[in-house]
Amino acid sequence: MTVEAIEATGQGSRIKRARPLETRLRRGREAAIKAVLFLCAFISVVTTLAIIFTLLQETVGFFREVSIVEFLTGTKWTPQISPKHYGILPLLSGTLLVAAGGAIVALPAGLLTAIFLSEYASPWLRSIVKPVLEVLAGIPTVVFGFFALTFVSPQIVQRLFPGTQVFNAASAAIVVGIMIIPLVSSLSEDAMSAVPRSLREGAYALGSNRFEVSVKVVVPAALSGIVASFILAISRAVGETMIVALAAGATPNLTWNPLESVQTMTAYIVQVSLGDTPQGSIEFRTIFAVATALFVMTLAMNVVSQYLLHRFREIYE
Amino acid sequence: MTGSQTTFRARLFARRATAGGFLLLCLLATALAIGVLAVLLVDMTREGIGRLSWDFINSFPSRKPEQAGIKAALFGTLWLMGLTAAFAVPIGIGAALYLEEYASRNWLNRIIQTNIANLAGVPSIVYGILGLALFVRTMSLGRSVLAGSLTMALLVLPIVIIASQEALRAVPSSLREAAYGVGASRWQVVFHQVLPAAMPGILTGIILALSRAIGEAAPLIMIGALAFVPFVPRSPMDGFTVLPIQIFNWASRPQAAFGKDAAAAIIVLLAVLLSMNAIAIILRNRFQSRSRG
Repeated sequence: MTVEAIEATGQGSRIKRARPLETRLRRGREAAIKAVLFLCAFISVVTTLAIIFTLLQETVGFFREVSIVEFLTGTKWTPQISPKHYGILPLLSGTLLVAAGGAIVALPAGLLTAIFLSEYASPWLRSIVKPVLEVLAGIPTVVFGFFALTFVSPQIVQRLFPGTQVFNAASAAIVVGIMIIPLVSSLSEDAMSAVPRSLREGAYALGSNRFEVSVKVVVPAALSGIVASFILAISRAVGETMIVALAAGATPNLTWNPLESVQTMTAYIVQVSLGDTPQGSIEFRTIFAVATALFVMTLAMNVVSQYLLHRFREIYE
Repeated sequence: MTGSQTTFRARLFARRATAGGFLLLCLLATALAIGVLAVLLVDMTREGIGRLSWDFINSFPSRKPEQAGIKAALFGTLWLMGLTAAFAVPIGIGAALYLEEYASRNWLNRIIQTNIANLAGVPSIVYGILGLALFVRTMSLGRSVLAGSLTMALLVLPIVIIASQEALRAVPSSLREAAYGVGASRWQVVFHQVLPAAMPGILTGIILALSRAIGEAAPLIMIGALAFVPFVPRSPMDGFTVLPIQIFNWASRPQAAFGKDAAAAIIVLLAVLLSMNAIAIILRNRFQSRSRG
């Protein structure tokens, strides 16, 4: 009911009617606010749908010209040179090589850091170390990439293995590993801090020392949270772009030798978008096909990681 | 000494040795991360400090490494940060308010929540592809700072939402109940009581999200932010470059002199990021000490 409608009903009833109107206006406003806030939250769903639609639209076009079997099992990736080959395995092996190398650096280092912070460090030491790790987590990946190219590759990798090229998977992998240490350490530490004190106290009462409590009680109790952090970190390494674009090289290379130059899926996408590939061409569509593969891989890892975290929370909270 | 005593002592010694060795490993691992950070900062400073001058900050890019500067990139970064915040902050806080204060536990809201967690893990380059298709092409915004900011806003939105949700969850429910008790409507409770109480936590999340946005290069390479921009953007529709792209461009050239330029630009970028980080930490500490007291 509008204000005019109230005035039309006459002065006498005005005071009586004003209250329901106010209430109704208030309800309307409350509902409108709720709807606007819901739309804000729903944008995230729209974003996901838009990502999937965008990727699929061009990927379907790509698979009209290239067979999906060749894409998934081909061992040569040469979309820009004839004879053209569209086998994603060299890009996949490059990606996995860097991610595995990163994991070898980050998983033990991150877990040990988390154990140290959760079980050994005093509150004072924790208040120093945690912000420093957050700074490490906040370093832009392009800075890490420059560091991999100008420091890790010439000063470490090339010194240990003379004759290695400047661009190699190992330097990129080491620095990707450093980059994901804070992710592993902070998520694992959260998981270990959520383990109830009584479990630790029980183990101490039986005569265990701090090492035994940490490794035989706390880590197993927090295992699903720790594994979730591992998977999330590997997924981050798979999707990492600037470090590999700068330091790993630009040669699709089906190899497991980390001292060779490789190209990852993300680095390929960057390489194509830096050149002037015409829209609608098959070369242009390759980046969507590669991005779809990348999206599916990281999404699968994230879903597993979320599931593990969720289950972990249900146990202790 | 009996045999069993000797065995006990030997075992005790072995247990203590293992424990000590393990602590040493833990210390080494923690020192590794901190040590690498220190080496990185020292290395960048040593490489780039020689190039850092007012001329470097106030010059446009150039083909000659000793004349090149970061003016365009610095202004592009400021534009990008401002516009990204303008999109991501209201939407992010709105979404968090909905999920924490309004949403009932039904399947749709559960999907939204799971979806936000998954979006946070989508590689940034995929957002770049979305931005290229949606903002640059479909909405024909071109390779403008507006298209870049919208892309970046989508990228950091999950971070803003998750951080704001955590801040809202930390607000004690007694505050809400008291406000309801004196007859406030839900929005009055949320806007006048809950939101101000959660603000320091939300601000921390916003600062972290924005520092992520100004450090990202991959999505902007996808949407075609230019590397050679000899001008400052005057409107949201202008072309632009940002510090990370300028760094990437210089770093991927073979000449060593451009490497010095890249290192100098990195010093500027890290200085901006570290000050933002410091503000976030100060905000959080103030918030923590206040809520404890």
